[in-house]
Amino acid sequence: MDLLGRVRALLADHPPAGTAPLDFLRARFDAGLAWVHFPVGLGGLGLARSEQAVLEAELAAAGAPDNNPRRIGIGLGMAAPTILRYGTEEQKARFLRPLWTGEEVWCQLFSEPGAGSDLAALAARAVLGEDGVWTVDGQKVWTSTAHTARWAILLARTDPAVPKHRGITYFVCDMTDPGVEVRPLRQITGEAEFNEVFLTGVRIPDAHRLGAVGEGWQVAQTTLNNERVAIGGQAAPRESGMIGVVAEVWRNRPELRTPELHQRLLKGWADAEVVRLTGERLRQQLALGQPGPEGAAMKLAFARLAQELSSLELELLGEEGLHYDDWTMTRPEVVDFTGREAGYRYLRAKGNSIEGGTSEILRNIIAERVLGLPAEPRADKDLPWKDVPR
Amino acid sequence: MTPDLPTPDLLYSEVEEELRASVRSLLDHHCRPNAVLARCEGDQPYDLALWATLAGQLGLAGLAVPEEHGGAGAGPREVAVVLEELGRRVAPVPYLGSAVLATTALIACGAAEALPELASGTRRAALAVPFTTAPGAAFPTAVTAEAGTLTGRVTSVADGSVADLLVVPAIGTDGPGLYAVEVGGAGVEVVRRTSLDLTRPVADVILAGAAARRLAEAETAVAALDRALLTGAGLLASEQLGVAEWCLTTTVAYLKERRQFARPLGSFQALKHRLADLWLETVGARAAARYAADALASGSPDAAVAVALAQSHCGALAVRAAEECIQLHGGIGMTWEHPAHLYLKRAKADQLALGTPGFHRAALAELVALGA
Ligand SMILES: Cc1cc2nc3c(=O)[nH]c(=O)nc-3n(C[C@H](O)[C@H](O)[C@H](O)COP(=O)(O)OP(=O)(O)OC[C@H]3O[C@@H](n4cnc5c(N)ncnc54)[C@H](O)[C@@H]3O)c2cc1C
Repeated sequence: MDLLGRVRALLADHPPAGTAPLDFLRARFDAGLAWVHFPVGLGGLGLARSEQAVLEAELAAAGAPDNNPRRIGIGLGMAAPTILRYGTEEQKARFLRPLWTGEEVWCQLFSEPGAGSDLAALAARAVLGEDGVWTVDGQKVWTSTAHTARWAILLARTDPAVPKHRGITYFVCDMTDPGVEVRPLRQITGEAEFNEVFLTGVRIPDAHRLGAVGEGWQVAQTTLNNERVAIGGQAAPRESGMIGVVAEVWRNRPELRTPELHQRLLKGWADAEVVRLTGERLRQQLALGQPGPEGAAMKLAFARLAQELSSLELELLGEEGLHYDDWTMTRPEVVDFTGREAGYRYLRAKGNSIEGGTSEILRNIIAERVLGLPAEPRADKDLPWKDVPR
Repeated sequence: MTPDLPTPDLLYSEVEEELRASVRSLLDHHCRPNAVLARCEGDQPYDLALWATLAGQLGLAGLAVPEEHGGAGAGPREVAVVLEELGRRVAPVPYLGSAVLATTALIACGAAEALPELASGTRRAALAVPFTTAPGAAFPTAVTAEAGTLTGRVTSVADGSVADLLVVPAIGTDGPGLYAVEVGGAGVEVVRRTSLDLTRPVADVILAGAAARRLAEAETAVAALDRALLTGAGLLASEQLGVAEWCLTTTVAYLKERRQFARPLGSFQALKHRLADLWLETVGARAAARYAADALASGSPDAAVAVALAQSHCGALAVRAAEECIQLHGGIGMTWEHPAHLYLKRAKADQLALGTPGFHRAALAELVALGA
């Protein structure tokens, strides 16, 4: 049966109108129609990535429920590709289905107070006991959605005696286990979308290790690359995103217009459209199986644009720009750029050039991996982690 | 303001990549930087032997000319690939002026007569408007038509000094018309100007009762001129992309080699970040230029937006790339011997050509309902 045939069969067996959303999503996964490029049995059909659009269009037209991709972004964009590549068959079978249906939310326990851009400097320790169970102690920080997460991907140091990149191991951590403490970390916007996470004697069975002991850094590369591609990875119509918001204000509120803002709006419109077309080009390359280096560029461009345009929006709004919608401390499930007012957008966009690798780090990546320029001299490269001054 | 537009094809087809490879290998042999530079200093800045080879051996002059008129029947997508490669070499050939601007105007007004010779490259044409004329601009009034003759002066015509045929917009008693004028005839003078761009000098055209053949009148003339300018502006973006790419690649290669402070300059982050940003904008230019070429080729209703977008991005980018190239080459970048200055001159002239980035952004305002 071809792809459209399968989609129609799914819709016939589980009419969206009369089926509970979760039941529909489970059936969709079981039919291999979750992510078509995943293997058969794991929610996919082993087809080309480009086929996904066909499927999504057909399902959207039929009014099928979606799995609220923004709520489970870390699971979909980062955990899933890593589990697919490095997980055991048991791990794939256990984690992928509830991850995709949204029954289980994931978070990413990577950054630490002393290890941000220099992630490989991380200090959270994992020690293997004689019973084959690891014990983890350490502190993570800026962990988005840790408060709603059932599982975490976790990096911990398992060998302090070797240079920093070599002594790290990658785990799946059960957020409901004793010893996991999540404390809200209020941010610039007033809400607490991210958290501090304290790990005290957390016990992780060896079966929840992803990849070999000491090879966590390589595994993490898969996660980090996917994180950067995930941002700006969706096909988007013209004027989606921040430029659409600003353009609408411009069109609806002629009394706010000034010549100077007009110039900046037009520059922003052109920049946004160029970035959108760049993303479209990247997707067309990916569909042909020739991923270009444009992936790293997208996040950099997206961050700059979001910041310039959200800043412009406030100036355009003038007096109204002096207001803010709500400073109450909340712990949101998703980042809602368009559901809130301009001040929130302006403040939240500041994170776009920090989260998932700062713009400076992305420029380093482009300069070194795409343009082939030499790395900066490194002081800590060959030192055992425990001997690095900090 | 989000029209339902068909998804454009932003990649290069296999045929286009083959075309690129053959243009590139020919230019590798016949268009070396030293030779281009030497030519600029003589009195024959254009390489007409190279032109003959490009036209004769590869059929590039007739790429976009329909087959029944002696061309290859290809279109803007293929022409764009050629312009990328010519831009990468600042090749001193009248491709944009003859094979793009003038040829498009002739095709658009159905003037088939001259096409076979232009397609074969045996003759060259120029569109007699200042190179700065933007698509959508008011119909030029510099030349007047009377009883089959033209009188007036057109300044800064791209590739005018090597044209055999001039395609001239002129105003007659009955309104706008497009005329063909033979260079060499009585009352036709073409004066080469000392130009900022050494590899595509401009010339002034002075007509004093020159004999002319009317090719199109009224709306047809206006539409044909605008088609030529729109196509020219859209495809110029690909040339600008080629210029920028050469500047970026050359600078990266230089900074990997050049050592100061006992390490390669390319390992200093201040420089790496500048090049990463430049690369990012070049990637954007590729997407925008491809979109313009594809929109022109497919007759997309979005073509005007695509062209204005490509020009507002690519024109400024090429200049920035050339400026960075000179700055990051240090003293060498300031010398006549290093070809970087040829690229800056081309980039800056191209930025003024066929509408500045600011002009095209203003055009966007009207096209996408974001007026002042
Ligand atoms: C909204 C948000 C959500 C986040 N969510 C998560 C999450 O879910 N899970 C998680 O693990 N982490 C998360 N993070 C953390 C994020 O990954 C880090 O903040 C980020 O990697 C930067 O690390 P840092 O904050 O320690 O900054 P630092 O590394 O201390 O950097 C400080 C400044 O120095 C610059 N800098 C650092 N190194 C270099 C260098 N080599 N060259 C030039 N400049 C340099 C940086 O660019 C930055 O400007 C989140 C962050 C934000 C803002």
